[in-house]
Amino acid sequence: MAASALDTLQARLIPASGAATLSHGTVVFLLAPGELVPAVRRLRDDFGFDLFLDVTAVDWPADALRFEVVHHFYSTLHKARVRLKTRVAEADAGVESLVGLYGSAAFMERECHDMYGIAFHGNPDLRPILLYEGFIGHPLRKDYPKNREQPLVPYRN
Amino acid sequence: MDLSFPNPVRSIFGTPLRDDSVVVNIGPSHPATHGTVQIIAELDGERVLRSDVHCGYLHRGFEKECEDHTWHNLIPYVDRLNYVSALVNDFAYCDGVERLMGVEITPRCRYLRTLLSEYSRLVDHLTCVAAGLMEMGAMTAFLYLVMVRDFMYEHLAALTGARVTYTYGRIGGLARDLPAGWLVRLEEILVQYEEFVARVHSLVDRNRIFIDRLRDVGVISTADALSFGCTGPILRSTGVARDLRKDTPYLAYAELDFDVPVGIKGDNYDRYFVRMREMDESVYMMRQLVQMLPEGPINVDDRRCTFPEKPLVYSEIESLINHFKLVMDGPSVPPGEVYCAHEAPNGELGFYMVSTGGGTPYKVHVRSPSFVHMGAASRMLDGGQLADIVPTFGSINMIGGECDR
Repeated sequence: MAASALDTLQARLIPASGAATLSHGTVVFLLAPGELVPAVRRLRDDFGFDLFLDVTAVDWPADALRFEVVHHFYSTLHKARVRLKTRVAEADAGVESLVGLYGSAAFMERECHDMYGIAFHGNPDLRPILLYEGFIGHPLRKDYPKNREQPLVPYRN
Repeated sequence: MDLSFPNPVRSIFGTPLRDDSVVVNIGPSHPATHGTVQIIAELDGERVLRSDVHCGYLHRGFEKECEDHTWHNLIPYVDRLNYVSALVNDFAYCDGVERLMGVEITPRCRYLRTLLSEYSRLVDHLTCVAAGLMEMGAMTAFLYLVMVRDFMYEHLAALTGARVTYTYGRIGGLARDLPAGWLVRLEEILVQYEEFVARVHSLVDRNRIFIDRLRDVGVISTADALSFGCTGPILRSTGVARDLRKDTPYLAYAELDFDVPVGIKGDNYDRYFVRMREMDESVYMMRQLVQMLPEGPINVDDRRCTFPEKPLVYSEIESLINHFKLVMDGPSVPPGEVYCAHEAPNGELGFYMVSTGGGTPYKVHVRSPSFVHMGAASRMLDGGQLADIVPTFGSINMIGGECDR
């Protein structure tokens, strides 16, 4: 896993989407929302990235494209890591789901939906997973106050 | 008095599949599931037709809380993710911050962290195997293993001052060096470990009851395990020799001689055996590390993260200011992002951290193996017997603190 893998990935994966960078041993691509699923399919089928490890988001409230959805992949063949970053606006905070490609997407996308309110189009089951039914808001957004309480069962005095 | 409270979960099963099936609720507080997890299962007799696994009962806003504390202050919190092998969490987190800062730890610290990571793996696997055996009635095996584990807890308490949640890692080093005689006692414990694990092997490995309960139960195929993001003993039990210690070596693993045990079928018996063999490999590694352990400082000499010596804090103004800055503002981590993964006992433990500069993280996200494995749990439970939920769930080794964060 080094510069050669970076060159191969950059030349062959998604030439349209701009440069890839190497950050602490991980190849990082910035993608437009529409490019995500085709890029992941190529990562899986042509480059051997067989583990979809993680999806989360980063909230940048001052930016027009507020949320940065971050996917992490690993290849058991090449022992390499790839990070895909997709910027979406708050008004249309959603990306295509990866449930058609990886089984792990179902659970992990539920968590990201809980915490940031990112809609994963195509995931049929976005019920709360770490939070509970009826929870209002998305706690990891920067504008959710840390000390807000929403007890499901009223406090007893 | 109205005792009806809103249900925190909504089952995915609207109506039963068949006229004669029944939907039951197991958990979240069930004596046979060690871990606060709720399983809603549809049963045909005693066979599970489909299951819906709910976690989140231990969610305490870890990631939100991280954004409000300095990098140093997070160390006790990361301890409480996987509280059975807290040291691995400590070192993975510290490693991530050190990568962001460009800090290289001292050789003694590197070997000590490796040694203690393997010690933690031993403790974690002992707990998992012991609890799994007890749930199937093997009380003697449980007591053998937990007795050895308790020697280890006491021994770690002699080093760190705490039995379970140690807060022993530091950014750029460790809290303190080994006390006198610690390595001598370590070898005594490892000898006892070998004696008692040998007894457990002879009690259960070829035991008819044990094999009937575990062989071909809770099977997950290699393709499914990869698709569902399984790592650690679950993926290795299906025959994939993926181990970050071998594949992308960190700490001192590149210098160690060890094997990566794999299974053949991905069932509960394989997961038991992979864990037992991994413990032997850990002991083998620890003995190598005791021989390799160099003398020298355990903390890097870097004023951005390491606290100055106490006598200096009390005697010179620069060290006093340095101490205050580190406590009040936190270590200064340059802007950037890092994904740092260690091979935790349960699988890949990843910290994705974003810094915008300064002493407080902008974001800390934990890729916890337990949470991802919960997504694959239905695969292992569906089609099996109701009674097999307990050993299968035990062999996944879900740790609530890490799963629910």
